[in-house]
Amino acid sequence: MITVDGNDASGTPGPSGDTPDPLVALTGVSKSYGNVRALRDVSLEVHAGEITCVLGDNGAGKSTLIKIIAGLHPHDAGGYTIEGEQVRHSSPRQALDRGIATVYQDLAVVPLMPVWRNFFLGSEPTRGRGPLRRLDVAQMRATTHQALLRMGIDLRDVDQAIGTLSGGERQCVAIARAVHFGAKVLVLDEPTAALGVKQSGMVLKYVAAARDAGLGVVLITHNPHHAYLVGDRFVLLKRGAMSGSHLKEDITLDGLTREMAGGSELDELTHELSRSRKTGTMDGDAATSDAAPATPAPAAPEPTPHADPADPETTA
Amino acid sequence: MSALDVIGTGDERLAPRSVARRLLGRPELGAVVGAAAVFLFFSVVADSFLRASSMGTVLYASSTIGIMAVPVALLMIGGEFDLSAGVMVTSSALVSSMFSFQMTANTWVGVGVSLLVTLALGAFNGIMLVRTKLPSFIITLGTFLMLTGLNLGLTKLISGTVATKSISDMQGFPTCRDLFASHWTVGSVDLQVTILWWLGLVVVATWVLLRTRAGNWIFAAGGNADAARAVGVPVARTKVGLYMAVAFCAWISGQHLLFSFDVVQSGEGVGNEFLYIIAAVIGGCLMTGGYGSAIGSAVGAFIFGMASKGIVYAQWNPDWFQFFLGAMLLLATLLNAWVRKRAEASK
Ligand SMILES: Nc1ncnc2c1ncn2[C@@H]1O[C@H](COP(=O)(O)OP(=O)(O)OP(=O)(O)O)[C@@H](O)[C@H]1O
Ligand SMILES: [Mg+2]
Repeated sequence: MITVDGNDASGTPGPSGDTPDPLVALTGVSKSYGNVRALRDVSLEVHAGEITCVLGDNGAGKSTLIKIIAGLHPHDAGGYTIEGEQVRHSSPRQALDRGIATVYQDLAVVPLMPVWRNFFLGSEPTRGRGPLRRLDVAQMRATTHQALLRMGIDLRDVDQAIGTLSGGERQCVAIARAVHFGAKVLVLDEPTAALGVKQSGMVLKYVAAARDAGLGVVLITHNPHHAYLVGDRFVLLKRGAMSGSHLKEDITLDGLTREMAGGSELDELTHELSRSRKTGTMDGDAATSDAAPATPAPAAPEPTPHADPADPETTA
Repeated sequence: MSALDVIGTGDERLAPRSVARRLLGRPELGAVVGAAAVFLFFSVVADSFLRASSMGTVLYASSTIGIMAVPVALLMIGGEFDLSAGVMVTSSALVSSMFSFQMTANTWVGVGVSLLVTLALGAFNGIMLVRTKLPSFIITLGTFLMLTGLNLGLTKLISGTVATKSISDMQGFPTCRDLFASHWTVGSVDLQVTILWWLGLVVVATWVLLRTRAGNWIFAAGGNADAARAVGVPVARTKVGLYMAVAFCAWISGQHLLFSFDVVQSGEGVGNEFLYIIAAVIGGCLMTGGYGSAIGSAVGAFIFGMASKGIVYAQWNPDWFQFFLGAMLLLATLLNAWVRKRAEASK
């Protein structure tokens, strides 16, 4: 099991000044899949107690970036340090052992296995010794149920196959699992993409709670509203390259949204949308506006409505 | 309301999941129903089927398939096949016999050498699979063909005939036979030691599958290998281990073959791999992996034993056996497909 020592001083005798080494730092990282250059020259920092958001369109390389952090693929070029120490992971296990827990977009669950077996997969607690060493089934069931309750997921039965849960519930199981195993760094690939308003809010609140507990969080999303609500740093990706990197105090939500959509393209889009609205042929989702439209367009790329996730009704 | 308050109060939505539904969720359910039907059927059509002595024969036939069906089922849950399992049994017997005979060694030495060689064959299958990432169907088909050729070729080269020489007068033979091929009589029932091996293997495999980390990894490796790898499950090691478990049981079966018949025919074993797979599938294993049980494979093997001997007791043409086996397989697969659809219903 991974132990929590997220707030430990870095082991390396680095500069013991006012700014400690970031938990995770990427500098100029590149990655190609054969001749597809999925990522080039991307840098990012993750600090304890902060949320670093990675924003970008579909295919921008967000998932590739976190697969490098998670140890699923090694990077081709650039530097990757954890608490100041150069690393190069050859398996996800190594990253896990260094305290980096990842929740993948294509959720890493085994659909036919019960929820509690999925929850502990790869880190199963055991009791007894030698040939009698066995899974601590009672504890596994109870822990799973409680960890999910804490996320606001009240599961009928932890014995049901995880494939029978809703997408949001599965996402929450995966996040609860990562948090439960005491990660130092939590990496989330579009955790709110498939969720309804209430569940999105709950996930974001849970992400914020992880931050407050001293974890460093990498949150990947293409929803600037969600990112701006919780993020401390923003890294924008565009077609594999970094198109911007900001601290929260240096940018507004409008600025972030604009930059994400790419300034001039956005103006064009605004223009087009306003014209189509006049003719009444299209009910456009005004992505430019902070205010949510009355009815979301059927073809809107983002399934999650921009509601305020800090819904006072859902108290964790 | 705080979410934690709910813990003590229980959950009203739990009620609909009744005992019946829980039973329906068990992989071996279909096999148990099938076994009961087959048992009733032969009890009616074959008078001698219900005699205690017949049960001894049926159990023996079941155990010879069942010993191999257990690891083949685990392997299938882990998402892979082994087409070389049938001839590997013969290889294991041949190595043991020929080593003892040629070296005029104690038969225990031959048994030990055979264990090492057979485990190496299993490791070869597993390592080839995880290294090349080719489908196990192709890799073990290759091993199957190579072993079939080696069994015949080497036996002819060394013994001069297609069968091995008798080793019954060699040192160690009686004790080896006690372990692998003894039988004893309880009342009028003749019970073979293979039945104990079989039941022992079922118990151990069930324990491993349901109550150990390795068991969790087997289900995960077959259910979603990428997801398993991502959360740190050693998928490659699990699969190599499964192939070595098949090899270990092939060694037990091979030693039984040798010490109960004394000589080994080098062409034997071809086709048996399908019987093991059929027993596992009838027992509820999904061909696609991730689902199944060791107990199910035992029930599948028992259905095989009842059918193969029941047809003899009913004095029918044994050709019907093949038809029967085919029909059972189709029924079982249909049932399994339905189960899977339910399990993944809202995916
Ligand atoms: N295994 C792979 N082999 C080849 N190309 C790949 C592979 N994985 C991703 N790519 C390519 O790399 C680019 C970046 O993909 P990536 O999955 O990182 O995008 P993303 O930003 O996560 O997109 P989305 O928002 O849709 O999840 C894409 O052009 C994709 O086609
Ligand atoms: Mg992605």
